[in-house]
Amino acid sequence: MTAIDVSSASAAPESGAPRAIPARRRRGPGHWFLDTGWRHLIGLVMLVFAAFPLLYVLSASLNPTGTLVGSNDLFRTIDIGNYIRLFQLPQQPFAAWFVNTMVIGLVTAVGTVFLGALAAYAFSRMRFTGRRVGLLTLLLVQMFPQLLGVVAIFLLLSGIGEVFPQIGIGTQAGLVLVYLGGALGVNTYLMYGFFNTVPVSIDEAAKIDGASHARIFFTIILRLVAPILAVVGLLSFIATSSEFVIASIVLTDPQTQTLAVGLYQFVSQETSRNWTIFSAGAVLAAIPVMALFLYLQKYIIGGLTAGSVK
Amino acid sequence: MSNTSQASAAASPPPPAAAMRAARSSSSVRGILWKIALLGIVDAIAVFGLFMLLLQESWVPFGIVLAVTLIVNVIYFMPGWLPAKYLTPGLLFLAVFQIFVVVYSGYIAFTNYGDGRNGTKEDAIETILLTAQQRVPDSPTYRLTVLEQFGEYFFLVTDPEGEVLLGSADQPLERVTGYGTDSTGRADSLPGFTTLTFGDLLQNQQTVTQLAVPLSDDPNDGALRTSDGSNAYLYLSQLTYDEATDTFVDRTGTIYRDGGDGAFVSDAGRELVPGWTIQVGFDNFVTAFTTENIRGPLISVTIWTFAFAILSVASTFALGLFLALVFNKPSMRGKKVYRLIMILPYAFPGFLSGLVWLGLFNQEFGYINQVLFGGASIPWLTDPWLAKFSVLFVNLWLGFPYMFLICTGALQSIPEELTEAATVDGARPWAVFRLIKFPLLLVSVAPLLISSFAFNFNNFNIIYMLTGGGPRDVTAGVDAGATDILITLVYKVAFGEGTGRDYGLASAFAILIFFIVATVSIISFRQTKALEELN
Repeated sequence: MTAIDVSSASAAPESGAPRAIPARRRRGPGHWFLDTGWRHLIGLVMLVFAAFPLLYVLSASLNPTGTLVGSNDLFRTIDIGNYIRLFQLPQQPFAAWFVNTMVIGLVTAVGTVFLGALAAYAFSRMRFTGRRVGLLTLLLVQMFPQLLGVVAIFLLLSGIGEVFPQIGIGTQAGLVLVYLGGALGVNTYLMYGFFNTVPVSIDEAAKIDGASHARIFFTIILRLVAPILAVVGLLSFIATSSEFVIASIVLTDPQTQTLAVGLYQFVSQETSRNWTIFSAGAVLAAIPVMALFLYLQKYIIGGLTAGSVK
Repeated sequence: MSNTSQASAAASPPPPAAAMRAARSSSSVRGILWKIALLGIVDAIAVFGLFMLLLQESWVPFGIVLAVTLIVNVIYFMPGWLPAKYLTPGLLFLAVFQIFVVVYSGYIAFTNYGDGRNGTKEDAIETILLTAQQRVPDSPTYRLTVLEQFGEYFFLVTDPEGEVLLGSADQPLERVTGYGTDSTGRADSLPGFTTLTFGDLLQNQQTVTQLAVPLSDDPNDGALRTSDGSNAYLYLSQLTYDEATDTFVDRTGTIYRDGGDGAFVSDAGRELVPGWTIQVGFDNFVTAFTTENIRGPLISVTIWTFAFAILSVASTFALGLFLALVFNKPSMRGKKVYRLIMILPYAFPGFLSGLVWLGLFNQEFGYINQVLFGGASIPWLTDPWLAKFSVLFVNLWLGFPYMFLICTGALQSIPEELTEAATVDGARPWAVFRLIKFPLLLVSVAPLLISSFAFNFNNFNIIYMLTGGGPRDVTAGVDAGATDILITLVYKVAFGEGTGRDYGLASAFAILIFFIVATVSIISFRQTKALEELN
């Protein structure tokens, strides 16, 4: 690198720098296109492909005509009436759906992180019989999503509801419990890998100082692995807030439903008539998830490539 | 700060052992208190559950709950068994809501569970008697007050002779004393019970009008029902149940027998509703594989499920890899902007994408037909083949960012020296990609492609939100359509509207998916080294 610089520098004054250097810089637009320009062309095409549906929804949500056909005029008029009307529908309590989704997502995320961290700590720090089998099982379990057992979940919750009506069909607590059944799985696996990167010598030092295993776990290890806890919590939140199948059979009362269930039923009944109000709802529903995702994209993508979820 | 603490630690003698022990025991006392409190809550819930199960005489669940509670207590009170202390909470949830659920699906697949076949035979008999009730034409009027206690409704009736009786759905009428009466002599209150006001009655109209309070222990004696909440009449069942012969007889003398299929059937083939759950062996599987109008749709749905999963992975991977190669040029400007915009579809909630594209693809008013195709009427979602294309197209939109991201990561982790060495040896860029980069990339992304396949195999949301599985195949004996994949078929057979719910058949389909996914994952895990890396 330096050698080339020196030689070109030494050659320049003699053979005429004004001729050589511009010739290098200005290879002509044709060459630039062949080298980089076409990449921008593809990039632009992909930008349109990727962003168009999202811009379309945004435009529809600001469109006062209310209908699907009226939404085809992109950004012609801008009006926030749909956002106001969205909160005034008597049959579709959007505000309740929004709060429900957030609450269910948060509680599930916290529970998932906690259960997963407990298990990951055991797998990472302790040696016991069945450990390898346990890890293999976690790997295999992720191949079988819970929605395969949706019929059994429905009947199981109906049965549980006869003993504990608080967690039966129709309750959000029951739904959260079902979601927590998927807590051990790919998440634990992600955490297990991260726990392994924390040196065991820290545990040992604390043990010598007289800390109990619970103290080591709660006050030392959990703080050191905070980044992976955030990622797992977030992945769990995103997955939960988009989940439809189980939520749709467990939550029967509109007041208790989540955005996925509520918005689906809202738009599937009268697609074209409700379109702009639905769009407003979609924008509001997407904002928190997308904001979280983009804000933490680096970590999420790291986690995704390690465990692969979507 | 740290200097002084170090200095004092060096100067003062090491803390005496007694102080250490004191510190440790104070922390462990707190730990024990926590433990007792948490276990106390768990045990309290368990005891309540056990009590309820005891009342319902459900012995198998009772035994399981009892055993699990004992085991949990032993685990947390025994010293040692540390791994179990950390694993139990997660494993309990896993066992109940993932493993048991699969096993239970297996059981349901061997029953006739479904609409009108939900309970036991005893429940069915009771319901049949109840629903066949009709008002006795010359029934005397019982003056009525509806009472409530602990969420249960009671009838407080004053019979024509002036006697006052109390009863509920599970409790035949019995004489009571200590009631209060209104000016007309009708009993209208009873200590310990709440009298329903007119407003309460209106609110609980359906519950109250469906309430039937048996006259006596013998269901053939009939029951009292009300339509207005203030007068009750005697209703008698049009059917009588004979316990000795296990048959129903109606007023015309027709006999309904237990046909062995979980229902009472007359000789003419008329069936009494509801039936009850029985085990049917392999009937659901036999139905699925031999009934012509179910087997055909099932086979095409299975083929489409594979095609959808494979094509989805292939198309998203091809586009993602292509884009990763295009943007994998260090000197290119604006890559970050491209990247940010291109991952937007991935960040957008999955269920919404399907619904948004539903609007875009709408045949009459959608943007694609109206604007892009100038008002054409292309049936994107209602023609079987176009619908298949649309589903794949939308899934490409959803999935390519993920593949782009992982391919970019994998490309960047391939050492630059390999490319340089090959170029020096005279390899052209295409050969470098085909012979060096691509195989290396495949090694690192193969496991992700497999899990992507597994995900798309059960990608319920995109199918259900976009086409609902349709367009529907009208010749099929189940609610199956051209874009249905197995998991949407399961959902529609089990919970669909229109056709009755058939949990047994749906579970049989679910078990089929289970076996397919298991086979695929066993094969793929053998191929990858994921399992060998475990230590």
